[in-house]
Amino acid sequence: MLSIIIFSALAIVAVVSGIAVFRVDSMARATYALAVSFVAVGVMLLMFDLDYIGVITILMMVMEMAIMAIYMIMFMGMNPALMPMSMVHNNRWSAILATGTFLLLAGGAVLVPWPARSGSVGTEDLTMALGEALMGSKMLVMLTVSPILFATIVAALVLANPRGRYDRWGDNLQRATPDDPQQGGLGK
Amino acid sequence: MTGEGMNQAWVLLAPVLLGAIALAGAALNGALAARAEGRPALSGSARPMLEVVRLMRQRRRVTVAADRLLWRIGGMALLVIALLKTAVIPFGPWILADIPVGLVWFNAMDVMVWAAIWLMGWGANSAHALAGGYRFLAQAASYELPLMFALVTPAVAAQSLRVSEIVDAQQSLWFVVWMPVAFLVFCASVLAFSAWGPFATAASGDIAGGILTEVSGVDRLLILAGRYALLATGAAFAVALFLGGGAGPLLPEWFWTLVKTLAVLAVFIVVSRRFSGVRPDRLAEVAWVIGLPIMLLQTLVVSIIVAVRG
Repeated sequence: MLSIIIFSALAIVAVVSGIAVFRVDSMARATYALAVSFVAVGVMLLMFDLDYIGVITILMMVMEMAIMAIYMIMFMGMNPALMPMSMVHNNRWSAILATGTFLLLAGGAVLVPWPARSGSVGTEDLTMALGEALMGSKMLVMLTVSPILFATIVAALVLANPRGRYDRWGDNLQRATPDDPQQGGLGK
Repeated sequence: MTGEGMNQAWVLLAPVLLGAIALAGAALNGALAARAEGRPALSGSARPMLEVVRLMRQRRRVTVAADRLLWRIGGMALLVIALLKTAVIPFGPWILADIPVGLVWFNAMDVMVWAAIWLMGWGANSAHALAGGYRFLAQAASYELPLMFALVTPAVAAQSLRVSEIVDAQQSLWFVVWMPVAFLVFCASVLAFSAWGPFATAASGDIAGGILTEVSGVDRLLILAGRYALLATGAAFAVALFLGGGAGPLLPEWFWTLVKTLAVLAVFIVVSRRFSGVRPDRLAEVAWVIGLPIMLLQTLVVSIIVAVRG
């Protein structure tokens, strides 16, 4: 009974703070409303005894929001992020995409024939099981996905970066030390 | 008292003890500061208590158009985070929540500090505070990965993420002996996530106190106390991960845990006073080009030793 109440409360927190993301007028509030939403989901995962995934969700999402705050001033030239601003744009297509995604995922969750549990509850080490699944049968998938993800991140940064290596090392890349607005600790 | 009963008493005792250790750290820092200024050390060690009284009575100052909600959340968060960290730290035989992923829990909580300090900087609607918040994020982006590998290394050696099992794995040999780099990186990271000593540039004088510029009264008290509490939990976790936990001759485990924690905390405070501030923009390259590879080598060496030993 108690766990149902806690779970429902967390679900409400997750949804309400998710809605808040689009209702507030400040990037900081939107960012941390999203973080609250994810933390609530992480705690719900903990309630399923998925300790590792639950804690790592909280860790990654909170860190992600902080990184977003870095990108906010790193790549948004005129710093609108520091002023009050609307958190919505392109409303019609956003609504269509959101509804479509929700129906797809919710329909999937309801309609997919879920496999029966193979081990008994509470006896297995789920962290170990997850590790074995990732490093064993799903290893090929992980090996394919991770370079693609990594390449995407690097490509996005290269595209967004206002100063490339030619700005830093000169047209022939032959400067002895790079010309940086901020010197790094090692002069690399 | 039975073991079970004692463990329940520990729930109430742990926050009190955390407060006491944090206060001891503050008193030591006060004494050192007083001695450096040529005043009697004893008057300096009483300073933190006087400061508590002063800040409790001080009126809150509020800036124009401050984001009060986020500012308050950021200000109180450090102390809450320190308490949540305490949950997974074994104190002798007692531990609040010996969860299977205690180590990851500690890591998740120290990532929460990123959010807390940035919110402190953001909420005040002050340029100095915001600069302080961003200084911390820049610093965090440098120390976090080496810190994560420093945490991973004892877990690899103990083959467990459960903190009590990591402590048990050190009964024959403390981890600090064969993973000194991880130990040093962890200690430096504790100073960094507590925004302390050389890593306190987020709150340093050159930007008028940074994140602390506009906070006053009880908000300031919570932040200053939170930093000491984070240092204290960091010291206690270093004891559990690298210094054998409660292992020691003759005396009970809790006693050794307490002594080691206080000793590590004292070293943190004494040593930090010897260093000047480390600029986050300088730290970034050093941490990524030197710190991270050395840390990865340490993890690799430990992994090989563990694999060969079987």
